[in-house]
Parts: sequence; structure tokens; C-alpha cells
Amino acid sequence: MSEKSKAVAEAPVEIPANAGLRTAPLGFVVKGIEGVKNAIFPMIAVLFATGSTDYRILIAVGVGAAIVLLTGFFSWLSWTRLRYYVGEEDIRVESGILSREARSVPFERIQDVSLEQKLIPRLLSLTQIKFETGAGGKDELSLEYVTNAEGARLREVVRERREGVVAKAPTDLVTDAIDDEAAPLAEDAEPIFQMDDRRVFTFGMFEFSLVIFAVLAGAAQQFEFLLPFDIWEWENWAGAAGKQTELVDGLSSLGAVGQILGVILALGSVAVIGVFTGMIRTFAREYEFRLDRTAKGFRRQRGLFTKTDVVMPAHRVQAARIQTGAIRRRFGWHSLKFISLAQDNGSSNHAVAPFAKMDEIWPIAAEAEILPPGTDLQWLRPSPKKWVDGGVLLAVILFLVAIGWSIAGFLKIALAIVVIGFPLIALGFWLAWKRHRFARDAGQLFVREGLLSPDLTIAPRVRLQSVEIKHGPLSRWRGYCELHLGLAGGTLSIDGIALDDAEKLRGEVLESIVSVDFSALPK
Amino acid sequence: MSEETSIEEVAETPISAIGPLGLTQVHPDHKKVMRIKVAIASLVALIPATIVQFAAPVPMGVIIVPVLVLAAFFIWRFPRRRYAYKGYDMGVDRLRVVRGYWWRADAVVPFGRVQHLDVQQGPLERIYGLATLILHTAGTHNASVPLAGLLRADAEEMRETIRQHIKRETL
Repeated sequence: MSEKSKAVAEAPVEIPANAGLRTAPLGFVVKGIEGVKNAIFPMIAVLFATGSTDYRILIAVGVGAAIVLLTGFFSWLSWTRLRYYVGEEDIRVESGILSREARSVPFERIQDVSLEQKLIPRLLSLTQIKFETGAGGKDELSLEYVTNAEGARLREVVRERREGVVAKAPTDLVTDAIDDEAAPLAEDAEPIFQMDDRRVFTFGMFEFSLVIFAVLAGAAQQFEFLLPFDIWEWENWAGAAGKQTELVDGLSSLGAVGQILGVILALGSVAVIGVFTGMIRTFAREYEFRLDRTAKGFRRQRGLFTKTDVVMPAHRVQAARIQTGAIRRRFGWHSLKFISLAQDNGSSNHAVAPFAKMDEIWPIAAEAEILPPGTDLQWLRPSPKKWVDGGVLLAVILFLVAIGWSIAGFLKIALAIVVIGFPLIALGFWLAWKRHRFARDAGQLFVREGLLSPDLTIAPRVRLQSVEIKHGPLSRWRGYCELHLGLAGGTLSIDGIALDDAEKLRGEVLESIVSVDFSALPK
Repeated sequence: MSEETSIEEVAETPISAIGPLGLTQVHPDHKKVMRIKVAIASLVALIPATIVQFAAPVPMGVIIVPVLVLAAFFIWRFPRRRYAYKGYDMGVDRLRVVRGYWWRADAVVPFGRVQHLDVQQGPLERIYGLATLILHTAGTHNASVPLAGLLRADAEEMRETIRQHIKRETL
């Protein structure tokens, strides 16, 4: 199989003459506008570097214009040199100004197709289309920019062709039940999950973020030279405060009470800003979140400024992850994310329900054939030995330190280390052990981590790739190990599990994997 | 202290203690390949040792002799032990690969999950007619499981056997 597809990928792929398509010409306008963005910094730099010349503004504008022109020229050049072609079995793209690159991605290998619209392309109704193959990020094929209609067409074509590939496969295959529907993408069907403004607002409340301070500090450092005074010099601030704000004067005259009040005010404003930033970020990302169940998979649309539209095939879901936070859990809010072969990073992650109640989450998971843990499910813990060992080791080190202090004549410090340190170690390692739980039922494996904000991973056993037991000298002697389960697109492991349990679990998982006939798995 | 003695005890246990399944050992020449590799690595350590020996005002052999002894010990001991603790089991539908002495890894890959297969030969392996079989799965963790020290013919035969199990790709 791999040999064949490799051969396909390595064979010289050429677009038949006069068959290739170009990306949207307007895309070149977007690139030009991006060029303006790139020109701003050099312009400012030039403005300051030229010092007191009368023409410095003119020079700066000239440099900026040159950069915009160059960017425009090169993006025009690469636009003329880029052609894509949708073939019978693959998508081909030829690009490059001096060194030509021809690339072919077989439909079979495409994990999902995502459309992304940033603000400027969106205004011009253009979109960036990405074909994710799970190649590991950098080598993903993407076309910038095509018109919205063309993007939708390409996605449909990929979907149809991929199904076509399956249809051509040997006939001994059991057809997937979903195939029978053969329903077209139902635009007006009820979404299986969506978030209205109110939900997004509540979500935002929990997304406290102080990132704005980091940004401000970074910007302050970057543009320090523009400011008339040194912002890191506290005397300036004290001076400014003393001169201008009567409030501060008033407060300092109030003495200790006033200063405490000041601190509370400061903390309060930080909190307000934090909540506010979280709110804005959440709105920008999750605005009009909508998840649809299409004939073949899930379709997620969201975003305020940058609207994304991702389709992920249901059968490519390898596992589900349900996460929560310590506070939002009190209110019953959780998030559901699918682990799939396609890359899972940052904004393009596969969160299918970022903020939902559990009774909303399970129906979505069920669509990917992932079922909730039964009420009679027996949860197991790893062997406590690993944490006992860790605690003992740390205690011994601490004890040696204490001995060191007592030899040096500080008996009280030594005693304090023992009296405070030992219970802390015991508590810490006991809690660390308590964090881990796992369970399995007939078809799935559950791994849960965390006490206050548990993080649950549910993996259907048949979708696991391999099983590995690992141990070092200490763990082998003590009879525990790490159990690593190969999960495509993610990691799944149970640390500190007793060796017997690990071997038993491995046996069971392997039985589930090999007992499934490969060809019976949905393509 | 008791911990160390116990580890030594484990070290002296016979090879059959590797696992309950009765693992197959790889070709003995694999030991030679590893020896040469360790020898090359120790040569790299020997060069600075030699320089220091002649540059520093110390009696002849104070630095070079311990380094040589250590290198000899490594060359003799490491490949032997690693070989003794390496094994595989070719099942009907899965391959188990066990390797490592201090840090043991015991991986099982069902044939049905293999994405593609490689048979690799380095220059040293080629001298002894050995090869490394590598199983690639779609997993992120231990996505590729290598099995070194097979005769080339055996490695190719195993590859064929496994390939026949991969009727078609699912992922």
C-alpha cells in the first residue's frame, strides 16, 4: 500500500497542458495589503535612522512604497506561476518562480479540508483552503486565495473523489452505514451544537486572560525609544503620580488603610482587564459557533474577524478528550475535543464543543461512536508504588539536607525542614497518585487525570495503533511501568501502572485490535 | 543499598526471564556490529584523552590507561548485555519487540496497524549481511518500532509476511 502511494507521490506529476487553474486574481490585492503591513516597520525605522534630514518623511514613504511594490511584484509573479489541477486521484499544484515545485496529494490521504477567512480576504469574499494530510504541519498543501465559491467547490470535489476511491475498492467491504444516507451537505439542517451570544459571553467570563499585559509590556519595550521618558524608571512614575493625581495624594494621606485600598483597587482593575480580554478573545474565536453533522463528518464554523470552516470526517476521529477547569466545573461546563490524524494545534484544533454541558457533549461524541463511561464502570488506579518511591526519594534528600543544617548548628531549621517538609511531601505525592485513574469497557479505554479539573480521554480500543510497556531499573524492581498506547494524532499513556495490570490491559487491547477485520473498518 | 543488590540479581537472571512468550533472539553478528559501533564511539573519547595525556604534566598512563580500560569494558560488556536482552516474537497477527537492559521497552505492533515498512542496512550491517526492519504506524508515540540485527533475508521475509496482512490502509 505504502509503496504504491509513495510511487504515486514520487512519480513526476505534471498538470496536463491548459488544464490547470489559477487562484483568484483578487488574492493578489490581499497580498499587496499585507505588504503594506510589512512596510510599516521599515518605514518607522527609516524615519528615525535618517535623523534630522528635511526629507526624512519623503525617504520613509519612498522606502515603504518600494517594499509594497516589490511585495506586489513578487506576489504577482508567483501568482502567474502557480497553477492547480484537480485530477482523478489527486490534487496537483505547480508553483515557484525560479525553482519549480510540483506536488501531488492523493485524495485518499487528505484528512480534512479547512477554509479560513481572515478579515481582509473576507471583505473581498476570498478564502484560504487547506488540505490537511497529517503530514506534520509545515508541508500541508494550501491555496491562498480562492473565491468562496471555488473553495466550496474544491471541498465538495475532494469529498466526492475520496468516496469515489472507496467505491472502487474491492467489493468484499462492508459498507459504512453512513454511506447509505448519501445525503448532500444539508445547509439548513439543525446543527448538532451551537453557541449563541449568551453562551459565548458566559464562556468568555471563564476565559480570564492577562495576555494583554504581556502584549503591552512587549510593545513598551519595542517602542521605548518613542517615549519621552524612561518607563522603567520608577521615579518618573512617582513624579507623574504626585503631580497629577489627587486621588493618589488623597490615598497616601490616608496612610496604611489607603495603601491597602490602593492595592485592592489595582488588583481589581487587573481582574477587570483580565476578564475583559478573555471576553474579547473568546468572542473573536467562538462567535457564531456552529457544528453540523454532515453525511460524512463534522463541519465546524466559527469566528468573528477570522471565520473558519472546518470539515472533519467522523471515522477519522481517533479519540475524544473532555476537559474542564476547576471553577467552570462547578457550573457544569466542559469542553469536547476530537483527536484526529490531522494536526491539532492552536486555532485549527478540533474542539467540537468548547463550552458545553455534559448532556450536550455525549450526543456529539456518540456521532463519532464514542460512548460515555457506564455507571457500573470500574475505575482503576495505577500502583501507588511509583509515588511512594518518588516521595521516599525526595524525603531522603530532604533528610540529608536537614542533617546538613543540624551539623552546621542550626537545629531549629533542621527540625522545621523535617516537621514541615515531610507532611508536605506525603500530601503532594498522595494527591499526585490520586490524580490518575483509568478504566476499560468492552470497546473503549478511559484515562482520567486531575482532581479539581479532570481531563478525560476516551479512546475506542480498535483505533489504537500499538502498545508498549516501558520501565527503568527502579520501576522494574518495584513492579510498575509506563503503558504507552499508540494513538494517531495524540498520546495516551498510563504512568505507574502495576506490571501485571499493564500486561493484562495490553493483552485485552491487542485482542480488540486484531479481532477487527481491517477491511470492515469504515474508510 | 538493598536496591542495588536486587538490580544485580536481576542482571544475573537468565535470558529466558525476558518474557513469558519465549522470544526469538536476533542474529549473533548483531553483537559484533554493536561492538564496532561502541568501539568507534570510544575512539572519539580516546582522542581528547590522548591529547590531555601528552599535554598535561602527569606520569605516563595515568589518564590513558583508565580510559582504555573503561572503553574495553564498554566494548565487551554493553553489546553482550544488550544482545542478551533483545528479542522479538513474530506472532500470527502481531510483532513484539523487546529491547534494553536498564530501560526496557516492550512494544507490540499489530500487523493491521502498520502503515508502511522499511528494511534498512547501514554500512556495518551490510558487512555482516544484517538489516533493520522498521514498522511504521500512524501513532504519535512510538510511531516507528525498529528491530535491528536480523539477517537481510529474514527481514525481507518478515516484511513480506507483514505486508500480506495489510490488505488495505484504513487510516
